[in-house]
Amino acid sequence: MEQKLVALSGNEAVAYAFKQAKPHVASAFPITPQTEMMHKYAEFVANGESTTEMILVESEHSAMSAAVGSAAAGARTFTATSSAGFALMWEIVYIAASLRLPICMALVNRALSGNINIHCDHSDSMGGRDAGWIHLFSENAQEAYDNAVMSWRIAEHMDVRLPVMVNYDGFIISHTADSLHMLPDDAAYDFIGKYKHAYTLLDVENPITVGPLDLTDYYFEHKTSQLAAYAKAAEVVQKVSEEYGALTGRTYEYCEEYKLDDADMVMVILGSSAGTAKDVIDDYRAKGVKVGLLKIRMFRPFPAKYIADKLAGRKAVAVLDRSASFGGFGGPVFTEVRSAMYGQQVPLHGYIYGLGGRDFDLGQVATVIENLKKVAAGGRVEDINLLGVRL
Amino acid sequence: MAVNLKTLTQNEDLLSGGHRACAGCTGSNILRQIMLTAGKDTVVGGATGCMEVVTTIFPYTAWRTSFIHSAFENCAATISGVETAFRSLKKHGDLPVQREKMNFIAFGGDGGTYDIGIQSLSGAMERGHNMLYVCYDNEAYMNTGIQRSSATPLGAHTSTAPAGSVKQGKEQNRKDLTRIMVAHNIPYVAQTTPYHWKDLATKVEKALAVDGPAFINILMPCTVGWHFDTAIGMDIAREAVETNFWPLFEVENGVYKINHKPKERLPIADWMKKQGRFKHLFKPGNEHLLERSQQHIDSEWSKLLKLEEMTQG
Repeated sequence: MEQKLVALSGNEAVAYAFKQAKPHVASAFPITPQTEMMHKYAEFVANGESTTEMILVESEHSAMSAAVGSAAAGARTFTATSSAGFALMWEIVYIAASLRLPICMALVNRALSGNINIHCDHSDSMGGRDAGWIHLFSENAQEAYDNAVMSWRIAEHMDVRLPVMVNYDGFIISHTADSLHMLPDDAAYDFIGKYKHAYTLLDVENPITVGPLDLTDYYFEHKTSQLAAYAKAAEVVQKVSEEYGALTGRTYEYCEEYKLDDADMVMVILGSSAGTAKDVIDDYRAKGVKVGLLKIRMFRPFPAKYIADKLAGRKAVAVLDRSASFGGFGGPVFTEVRSAMYGQQVPLHGYIYGLGGRDFDLGQVATVIENLKKVAAGGRVEDINLLGVRL
Repeated sequence: MAVNLKTLTQNEDLLSGGHRACAGCTGSNILRQIMLTAGKDTVVGGATGCMEVVTTIFPYTAWRTSFIHSAFENCAATISGVETAFRSLKKHGDLPVQREKMNFIAFGGDGGTYDIGIQSLSGAMERGHNMLYVCYDNEAYMNTGIQRSSATPLGAHTSTAPAGSVKQGKEQNRKDLTRIMVAHNIPYVAQTTPYHWKDLATKVEKALAVDGPAFINILMPCTVGWHFDTAIGMDIAREAVETNFWPLFEVENGVYKINHKPKERLPIADWMKKQGRFKHLFKPGNEHLLERSQQHIDSEWSKLLKLEEMTQG
């Protein structure tokens, strides 16, 4: 498929991806760094390039509530937010998943307050990791665009019917001009397909009740049926990604492997930091150090077995979290990966880095690799380490 | 179209019996009256609260139209999403059954409306959605056990502002939500009660006919929270109007109209006497609270008269 090479910020790229699905409804409330995405979308609507109805609500809580109403009415629906906005939505984020509504959302990752901070970390997304959404992470504008196009197919698959969150790092991806390939509108829409609702409030002849009171006699069964959807969702993510790869030449899996095949030492990371890590890995590889990278693209559902297989037999693994789990044992990615590795004799340690947009630089990657070398040689480092912070 | 009892009662009852409302509840009566007027082409949204809980306990539903409940504070936002979806699907030719118009009715209790839901309500009204928001105001959080809300009147006993040896129930006057809604400059705002069926039906009909948002505040006497005999809920509603505690009025495009002016307004103490929640106000030493209530009601009534005079101009 011939695709146009364009220069866009991550926010603009995602706005295009959402527009290409011809959504019926979008709800939006401003929060930095998500704002520019909705500015771009509002321009599309103002110029007649999109016929989406926008609901410009008075809070993120209402943005998600309106999205729930719209999706339950049978409309293709999306929204976007960051940080505190996502935290304010939190109650309804669960409801969207529980009602099996295929809403797509751009979550432009930003640190949670307090103190208030507008820059990137993953504490927003991680705070909602158990809410029932599919979480896809992106390394750059291209991946944010691709994930956003695919998000519709994944969310709307009749075996899935779950909301999908496309994560991309605030400012680092959202506000940086990047070159990427975009599908022509028709090809993107052909790939996404026309929307089919699973249920609608608007069929007067077939009225339905959505969101009833669910007590001790049924709630658990309903949660069980929801739990069953995530195995299906993982299969569908894989299938849709393969199809997208065949169309665009850009292939995606649950994780991206970088120089992993023969690596003795592995860094596990999410988001834009993977690009920085790859650069330093190249330098070490040139010196003959067998280090590689596993970049997690799909954090929910968590591909535990897949990751365990990829990390099996390595001499040392370092897991990097761009969020803290206060009072927990390491960051959320660390605890998940470590749990997935249970029973394997692979030394594994964790890092917390980049909170509140603190730069993740080449030196920090080198520190991690030096520590990996130490562990691989039988030495010890702390289970949980901090990177790039004044102590 | 003038409301007619004969045709109204022949309409399909869209809220089935068998729901779990308390004996003597005037809330289910309010819903039935609204739905008799609204008809089948309606989507209903319910905020968490008594009426949502009693009508939709899985696997049962009392609703014969589509119904959605999402959470406590977001009913207006949720229905604004449904209404926008309807407009968009219609525009794109994607409705399941193509139709020009549907009714979108959100309802919430006073907790879900005056308090936790006021932001969502205000936003939806300002945005101009074609929807009717109905508050069934029973003047406290009845579903969670009769806690005070900003709709609870002065002196009422509630579980979080109880009458005790030092305190005498709620220490503040109630908020005037209806006038807050008027300040949104929406096409239609009204107040009514389930006793005044003709008034209620007329107001629902008007509210659904306007192009844009409408708000109706309906007093819902609550046998459990107000402590009165299950048989007299409708009398309590009637007397709330005769005492000017709850005037029947409407505001169409900014013009106030009082729909009923009592020939001789009854003293508020007469109405309070019938409700256990005010029992302590009749103890010696609490006369000033009764006076304060009466003064508040009289001053609000005279303001309302002035607003009518001013806007009818």
